[in-house]
Amino acid sequence: MTVPPVLRLEAVRQQYPNGLVALDRISFEVAKSEVVAVVGPSGCGKSTLLRCVNGLEPIQSGTIALDGAIITGPGTAWSKVRQQIGLVFQNYELFPHLTVLGNLLLGPLKVQRAAKAEAQVKALALLDRVGLADRARDYPRQLSGGQKQRVAIIRALMMEPQVLLLDEITASLDPEMVREVLDVVLELAGEGMTMLIVTHEMSFARAIADRIIFIDAGRIAEQTTPEQFFTAPQTERARQFLNLFAFAPPPGHHETAGAAAVQTEESSATTSDSNSLELHE
Amino acid sequence: MELSVLRAYLPAYLQAAEATLAIAGLGLVGSTLLGLVIAVAQYFRWPGARPVTAVYVELSRNTPLVVQLFFLYYGLPKLGLVWGSGVCAVVGLTFLGGSYMAEACRSGLEAVEPHQSQSALALGLGPGPALRHVVLPQALALATPAFTANAIFLIKETSVVSIIAYPDLVYVAKDYIGNDYNTSEALALLVAFYLVILLPVSLGAAAWERRLRHAGFGD
Ligand SMILES: Nc1ncnc2c1ncn2[C@@H]1O[C@H](COP(=O)(O)OP(=O)(O)OP(=O)(O)O)[C@@H](O)[C@H]1O
Ligand SMILES: [Mg+2]
Repeated sequence: MTVPPVLRLEAVRQQYPNGLVALDRISFEVAKSEVVAVVGPSGCGKSTLLRCVNGLEPIQSGTIALDGAIITGPGTAWSKVRQQIGLVFQNYELFPHLTVLGNLLLGPLKVQRAAKAEAQVKALALLDRVGLADRARDYPRQLSGGQKQRVAIIRALMMEPQVLLLDEITASLDPEMVREVLDVVLELAGEGMTMLIVTHEMSFARAIADRIIFIDAGRIAEQTTPEQFFTAPQTERARQFLNLFAFAPPPGHHETAGAAAVQTEESSATTSDSNSLELHE
Repeated sequence: MELSVLRAYLPAYLQAAEATLAIAGLGLVGSTLLGLVIAVAQYFRWPGARPVTAVYVELSRNTPLVVQLFFLYYGLPKLGLVWGSGVCAVVGLTFLGGSYMAEACRSGLEAVEPHQSQSALALGLGPGPALRHVVLPQALALATPAFTANAIFLIKETSVVSIIAYPDLVYVAKDYIGNDYNTSEALALLVAFYLVILLPVSLGAAAWERRLRHAGFGD
């Protein structure tokens, strides 16, 4: 008997009420302990995809199954399903009127009816793990962006989900805070957490993902290993997309300032020519 | 102005102040609850909520409280429903204040980021608990300035209830002016009593708002 994948999407199509088809023919699986990174240009439907998996956005056709059970039919117990699917947003979305501890306890106490003492022990242990043991009584506004995002991640973990969906969780962070958040995610991956990660951090995606899904205009354009995707993308769109993250040195950059100044018209023209050739290849 | 007259009138004014406070307090509770129900019904887009509340809001806002009170006090008995002046006053104030409170709650609810409720849903909270534990606390904090302005407005509006013979402060003042001709004393006490009631509300509201702003909601 084979174990069903944690997530299975089949021919998912999603259309917003204004008529825009954000997702079309989306099919893929996420196996237990697998980390799948979803990348693609802005507006291609990455957030919509995660929101559909979590039932925040209804889909028009196709199916989504969690652990082999279809969750997109009528009568889905979304509260139960969502406890199994953690979702972390780009802008943390901590609850500003609750302390860090209050944020962590809300789900366990109000949804799972957990005993307060036990939930609190668990919350403090998780805070400790992400280096925030002393911030339990603080309010979100007292934390830095990176700290808020770490709290948001463990708030999702408090529910002990089977799979974690992360939507560009470092996109709002200052560069020096990106690392502390990604380290937490790397650690989770190391522990076998199943994750579906939307990210613009290509080197992170390459390092953490078992598989890359490249979405373009609402469709999966490429689905392959990180190695293959980043070294030999199969589609033109993926190549164009990856070029956005690659910087070629500007013409004359390697020359010293003096040498650049005396560079002839001809040689600088050759340099820029060869660059533009590369881009149009 | 005679000090002895003031002293003689004081007990009656105190009693009338109590009567004013009673209808103001009950009217405030009533309109807050009514406003909350309306705002929540619109928030969840309950079927029928929109047309029903639209009719109510227009009726409530475009008729004077005096007319609403007349209708309740003199009109309803014709339909077989007889209420005392106190009940009519509270119902009238609730009818009037409900639309204002609904607007305050609605704008508060709309000011809360949609992602906040989605974030609560994502944790597994149902729509009701998400509203109660996450959205409403933030919405009400954001609605505080509108809420306190409405409260002061409503307390001032209680001053017309003597029109249906409810024995409030104005009723007592009119009584003394009409019967004893001690106009200055009666008016001085009337102003003093309204100030004593309203000033603490205004100042308290301002202090409360400062505290909430200091708490820095929204980030
Ligand atoms: N509520 C909505 N109603 C209508 N269209 C929407 C809605 N939300 C998103 N869209 C549109 O759907 C498409 C996909 O949006 P989505 O947010 O999923 O993209 P994304 O890949 O997450 O982009 P980004 O990288 O900028 O976050 C976009 O064209 C967007 O404008
Ligand atoms: Mg997005």
